[in-house]
Parts: sequence; structure tokens; C-alpha cells
Amino acid sequence: MKYVNKGIPSVDGRGLMMGKPAYTDDLAEQGSLVVKVLRSPHPFARIKSIVTDKALNLEGVECVLTHKDFERIPITRAGQGYPEPSPHDKFVLDDYVRHVGDEVAAVAAVDTETALAALDLIEVDYEILEPVLDFEKAFGNKIVIHPEPEIHEMFPIGFDPANNVAASYMMNVGEIEKTLQECDVVVESSFYTQAQAHAMMEPHAVNARIDYMGRLVLYSSTQTPFHVRRIISQALKYPLSKIRVIKPRVGGGFGGKQCVHGELLVSAITLRTGRPAKMAYTRKEVFESTFSRHPMRINIRLGASKEGILKGIDVDVLSDTGAYGEHALTVFMVTGSKVFPLYNKVESIRFGGRVVYTNHTPSGAFRGYGAIQGNFALESAIDILCEKLGADPVEFRLRNMIREGETSPIFEIMGEGTEGTAMVMETCKLDYCIKRGMELIGWKDKYPGSKTGGGKARGVGMAIAMQGSGIPYIDMGAAMIKLNDDGFFNLLVGATEIGQGSDTILVQIAAESLGVEPEKIIVYSSDSDLTPFDAGAYASSTTYVSGNAVKKAADGMSRMIIEEGARILGTAIEDTVFDGVSIISGDRSITLRDLSNKLFYNENQRQLVSAESYVGTKSPPPFMAGFAEVEVDTGTGKVEVLDYAAVVDCGTTINPNLARGQVEGALVQGIGMTLFEDVVYSKTGSLMSNSMMNYRIPTRREINGMHVEFAESYETSGPFGAKSVGEIGIDTPPAAITNAIYNAVGVRVRSLPATPEKVLMGMLGKAVKENGHG
Amino acid sequence: MKVRFLVNGEKKTFEVKPDEYLLDTLRNNNYKSVRRGCETSSCGICTVLMDGMPVASCSLLTAKAEGRHITTVEGIQEDAELLAGFFGREGADQCGYCNPSIALACYAMKRELKDPTDEEIKAYLVGNLCRCSGYSGQHRAIRAYLEVK
Ligand code: FES
Ligand code: FES
Repeated sequence: MKYVNKGIPSVDGRGLMMGKPAYTDDLAEQGSLVVKVLRSPHPFARIKSIVTDKALNLEGVECVLTHKDFERIPITRAGQGYPEPSPHDKFVLDDYVRHVGDEVAAVAAVDTETALAALDLIEVDYEILEPVLDFEKAFGNKIVIHPEPEIHEMFPIGFDPANNVAASYMMNVGEIEKTLQECDVVVESSFYTQAQAHAMMEPHAVNARIDYMGRLVLYSSTQTPFHVRRIISQALKYPLSKIRVIKPRVGGGFGGKQCVHGELLVSAITLRTGRPAKMAYTRKEVFESTFSRHPMRINIRLGASKEGILKGIDVDVLSDTGAYGEHALTVFMVTGSKVFPLYNKVESIRFGGRVVYTNHTPSGAFRGYGAIQGNFALESAIDILCEKLGADPVEFRLRNMIREGETSPIFEIMGEGTEGTAMVMETCKLDYCIKRGMELIGWKDKYPGSKTGGGKARGVGMAIAMQGSGIPYIDMGAAMIKLNDDGFFNLLVGATEIGQGSDTILVQIAAESLGVEPEKIIVYSSDSDLTPFDAGAYASSTTYVSGNAVKKAADGMSRMIIEEGARILGTAIEDTVFDGVSIISGDRSITLRDLSNKLFYNENQRQLVSAESYVGTKSPPPFMAGFAEVEVDTGTGKVEVLDYAAVVDCGTTINPNLARGQVEGALVQGIGMTLFEDVVYSKTGSLMSNSMMNYRIPTRREINGMHVEFAESYETSGPFGAKSVGEIGIDTPPAAITNAIYNAVGVRVRSLPATPEKVLMGMLGKAVKENGHG
Repeated sequence: MKVRFLVNGEKKTFEVKPDEYLLDTLRNNNYKSVRRGCETSSCGICTVLMDGMPVASCSLLTAKAEGRHITTVEGIQEDAELLAGFFGREGADQCGYCNPSIALACYAMKRELKDPTDEEIKAYLVGNLCRCSGYSGQHRAIRAYLEVK
């Protein structure tokens, strides 16, 4: 391969480094109205009255919107396919507020100062309601967070708002109770995962204007421009045909920009005033008023025979969706569906539970969603089981895990909200990933751990993981390639570049198919007027789904070029080839440049355009093995990750450098979640971790050794053999690191993050126990 | 009030409010490469150089820049391009939102530290956060940039 599997520089990196205007807020119209939102100081309250006269009378204020200005249309902001698998439980503005930071009113003014001053002049009389803050007490609580009659599910998702349930689910393979009874060893444990904030560096931003054709045009920092367009239309009852959503450069998403954010209010203001308007979230708003990862309690039971064969998995999940149900069911499903197939030889699996509402900031999509929570529980429990069995955890996994050519009933039973899709693992290099990871970390010498003196202990731990590649039969990607005079191409894709390198790798795929240099392909992505549709950047779909669409479109373009070339050369199509520069048949040839100039100006004039779509018929999982080496300070409980080895089977890496960046970045987010990142609320429901000072993300200093490698693998259903790579990297750190902590100091961390306090308390508790027993 | 200072070598006069921060002054005057990531001086995204030293423009009152040299990435295009080359080679580019701030900090570091160790580089840049890259690729690229004399 010439351009695929090559670490070419990203197409946009140079311009971005040099500071070119590129992000949403850089592209707001000069003189835009500044939109600010009055946000609830209470976790749960009803607005008894709201008076905006004083605010409206302030000079420079153009518009104030409250719930009274909107028709009551329940929507979901989730940004998913349609019909949506998330409950329609949100109004643009409502007379209830359900979390600190929930929207009460919006003001548009000539500048920020005036807008902020106007917020102070809005008089709100709240009936303060008792909130539900503990997700373990939400189900069936007498306090009902969503009493409004209009809300509904679009298809059965187990929605039961009277009991504070946004979604619920249950499934069985085999007979779990019987299986576990027959097992020689059964372990049972509860795990807790916390909310994590995306903390993408660019805060959410959006701006709007009415263009000279009278259409509403938005720039938005979004991962799902086409879903955003649809949701604006639904929520504001404004014709889809009059809305254009442009996704410019996005400063990171990680799922945090899959949901709609300020687009609805800013659109409403521009439509009402006719004036351009803009909104850039403050960092506090990003923390309080967007989304974070679903916190979960996962109760798990595993059973095995004394020979070390895993027989049964029983998992009950309670998930906290916060104030609104974005991704309630889909994240929940993935907690099972993207971990259970790892151990496909079990007799029985039971999986079920609920997703409940609380009066916290809503949960939403976040890289590795569901999978990271499920992986922490399952891969921790496997180590617990191995200890009880006296089995080696690596040997145990090698013996029980899924292999190439095998399948799991889970693929067919569980999808994202609906049923799944049966598939056989055409590629699964997990065995290689494990063996290579062991070498990279030095497992043989280091397992399980050692005292290093000076009050430090070291340990190694590991976990295996899988993801998917898009949502089969649901999420579609499309691409269009057009030939220009002089012989270069425009590649128009719906796929949403958010920093993951989508534009670059799609160019590489097109270049490879066409055989032309990447410089000859000008990529433009995610503009609802100009590019074809794409579901968006989520569910690890871009490389596989959008990549396949690009490949099909490029193959189509090659055929057109050959046809036109053969016509001009007067040769048979079957005998004519295109080598990327010229169209050749025997001793006759014409360069693409000459051909395209002829096609534009001289002969049989026509525009060559090839447009194709792709929707997956399966979702081939990438796999990986993650190995952590940690050092624990036995005096303070502080954990340092000394080394992390990750070996990934994502099929062909379209761009190995960018793929490595995806894995490295995801690992560091996973390490942050494992060790210290934590969304923390006060007892009264306000967010304590609402600034970058109080919500700490990893800095350069925390990052030591990191070895990322890829397994040789070729998935024939993927473009040039590729599967996805965007999410898989985040899944293993929680289990691998906590397994390593256990191997270092014998403390099992069951509740993330693994803070020094928890590790220290664990060590003290262990010491007391050991001394107590003599 | 009027404040006068040099931006990328050009003499400029800005009409600002006394409590206005440099980040807003620059953005309002079309220096769009300087961007915001937080309100608490915690992320480094808004980095500019004042008399050659990195400062967080989100928490520097514009009035304090009076008479100083302010440099944005537009003022160090050659170095930014050089660094971009190394980022490209290492696959260190992701969303790019942090990149201009890192270019400025690296430019200053190159002039301030002689043959820095890995630890010194990390310490110098510790306030320049990046949520995408995981830092490893950036680190390799920055090392290569520092080696160019
Ligand atoms: S914007 Fe975060 S430090 Fe200035
Ligand atoms: S590349 Fe996205 S924040 Fe650094």
C-alpha cells in the first residue's frame, strides 16, 4: 500500500499550529449578539414566576427568553440516529430545573457585560424542591424528577419516569443460577465508577446568523452536525430545509459534543431577532451544564470450574443518568455488550438493571462509554476469581477468551438500544496482543510485584478489552468525490473531524483507492448543505463506516476515469488502467490532467462525481491488551503509573502515527479516570469540581513510560483492512492499574478513582486484619 | 482607557476597560489565535509571550501590558511551522486547540533553557494542558524541535 498504513502528517496540523482562525468562536460574525444563560442555583426547583422586564429594559439587551417563549416539545439532546433510543424528556426551557446549572432563561445583548448584567435583573421565584442526589436511592423514590406528562420514549427502552427510571433492560443466556450452582468457585463483588468530565480544551461554542437567502446558518462545535440540524428543527418547529449546520474545526470532543448544547437557544435568538448571535460556554458551564460520564454501580458474580474454565457471568448495573436521559440506555447496553464477548465460552450470562434519574448534571456520551465501566468490573473480577482459583490471570484469560473465527451470542442479542447483529470474529489477535504486552512490560520478571525499599512497592496488572466499529444497520456515512480540471479532487464527507484525524485518514483512503498523491485530494467535511450525510463522530465509526464510504466513492471515481479515458483513447474499458497519473491502454495513454481539462472544456464535457454511502452490516471489534506497572508509596498510598504497555488489534492502521496518538491520548484519559479525575458534588447537590482547578486532568508530569504497538491484522470488511481505534485505548487502565495496585500492596480498589486515601485505608485495614489474626 | 504596547513588533493602541484582560483585548481585535480554555488560569491555552516570557493572557490585565512586547503565534510563524513539522512527523496533532499555546511556550523555552532534560521540559510546560494527545507524541516532537539550532 502506498498511502495507507503510512504516518503522513495530518492535513490541517500546520495551519492550526500557526494559529489560523478555525474554531467555532473564531468564526462568529463581528457584532454578534452575546448570549448568556441564567442557570439554576438549585438542584431541583419549580419556577413559580419569572419576570424579565428589568432585564429587557436594560440598554443593549435585545432579547430575553424563558420557558414561556417556547412551545412544550419534548426532545432529547443525545445526538443519535432516529428514532432516538434516548427518552424525550427535555424542553428547550422548562418551568422545572433539575440540576445546578440547568437553564432558566437566556439573554442576548450587545456585549458580554450587558448580557451578564441583564441576567442579574431577571427575577425568579423558585419553589425549591427536595432533590434526589444519591443514585442508589433514586428508584421508586417518592420524589419524582420528571413528573411532566408530555415526555415519552420513541420505542420501548424501559422508560418509567414515575419511578425515576430513564431506561431499563434485562437479558439471559442459559440459566445463570443453575450454572453458578454447578461452579466450583464463585466470586461476587460490587464496583463503583465515578462521573468523569471530558475536559476537552475548547469549551462548547455555537453561533448563528440568517444568511442572504434567509436561511439559519450555524457554526457549531459539535460531533454530530446532521443530528444537530434535525434536533433544532424538531425543537423549534423550524423547517429542516432552512437550517444549515457547519462544523468547523473542533477543539476536542470525546463524546462531550455528541449531544446538542447551546444550538437551540442561539438559534431561537437569531430567529427571533434576525441578528447574528454567539455563545461560548465558560469552563464552569462546560462542567455544570453539559454532560459527564455515567456513574455506575456494577454488581458482578463470576463462576468457574476448578480446572479454570469460566462458566457464568451475572451482572446487575445501576447507572446514574443525572437530570436527563441522554444515552441512558445505549451506555447501559454497552456495559454488557462490549465486554461479555471477551469471554465467549461461558454457559450462562445474565445482565440487567436500571438507569435512574438524579438531580445531578446529566450524563452523556464519553469515549469508551459503558465499556470502560463494564471492563473495570469484569476484568477486576477475573483477577479476583483467578486468585481464588489459584490460577495465573494471564493463562486464565488466554484459555477463556474469544479467538479469531469464533463468535458470541451477545453480538446478536445486544445492540445499542435494540437487538444486535450476529458476527464472527474475522480478526482477533488478542493472543498476540497479550504475549507482546507481556514482553513490553517485562511481565515474567515483574509479576506480581515487589518491594523496592524506601517505602515503595511495585506491581504489574493487566486487562483485555474490545470495542466496536460503528453501529451496524443504523449509522450511515457518505462521501462524494469530484474531479476538477487540472486533475485534482474534492473529497466531501459528512464524517466529523474533531481532532481525531478523520480528514487526514479519509484522504489517505481516497488516495490509496485512486492511486493519486494525497496532496491531490482536497477534503471538506461536515457541512449540512455541502457535504453528504454522516451520523457523526461517535461509536468508533469514522474509520470503518465513513472510511468504507470514501473507499467506495473513490473506487467509483477510478472507474469513471477509466471509462472516460478509454473513450478518449478509443480503447476497451477492460484493457484500460489508471495508474494515478495517466490512463493507459497498451501503448496509448493520456494524463489525468489532460483528460480532466478535456472533460471540462473540450470534449464530451461533463463533471465526474462519485457519491457513495456505507452502513455497516457488522461492527468488527478492535481488541487490545493493556499492561500497567505501578509504584505505590506505602506511606501515603499514592500510586504512580511507571509504565503502560498497550498492544492493539485495530486491523490495518490507516495512519499509524495518528492511530498511536488515539491510543496514547485515550490511555491518558483512562489513567486520569483511574487515579484522580472525579466529578464531585456537595451534599446539597452543587458541583464542587466545576473549574479546571478543582477538576484535575493529567499533565505532562504524570506521564512516564508508554508503549503502544499494533498487531498485524487485516479485517476484510474494513477499508484496506481497518477497524476502529478511537475508543479502545481508554478501556483497560481502570482494571489493569487497580489489578497492578493489588499485586503491589494487596489492596483491591473497587471504587474509582483509586485515590491515595483509598489505597492507604486499604493498606491500614489489611494490616489491622493481619495483626488481628495474629 | 488607552493602552499602548507592541503586538508582534507592531505598535498598537487599544481602547480598553480598566478591568479588561489581555485575552479579550486580543480576541476582540482579531488576534484569533489566542483562545480561551478556562477562567481560572489553569490550562495555558491563552498563552502569549510578554517580553519573551509565557504568560496567561486570560488573567493579565491589558493595562499591565503597557509598553511591553506581546507576542502571539502570528509573531513566531517560522518557529510554529518548524514545530508543526515535528508534530506532523510524530502524529502529535490532534484537535490543535492547544497547539499555538504550545508553540509559544516551546519558543520561549528554547531561548530560556539550554539542553533541557525530559524532566525540565515537562516542568516548563506543565501548565500547558492538552486533553487529546496524551503528551507522549508532543514530547517527542518538542525534543526534536529543541535540537534544531
Ligand atoms: S484560558 Fe486557561 S489559563 Fe488562560
Ligand atoms: S491537541 Fe487537543 S488539546 Fe491538545
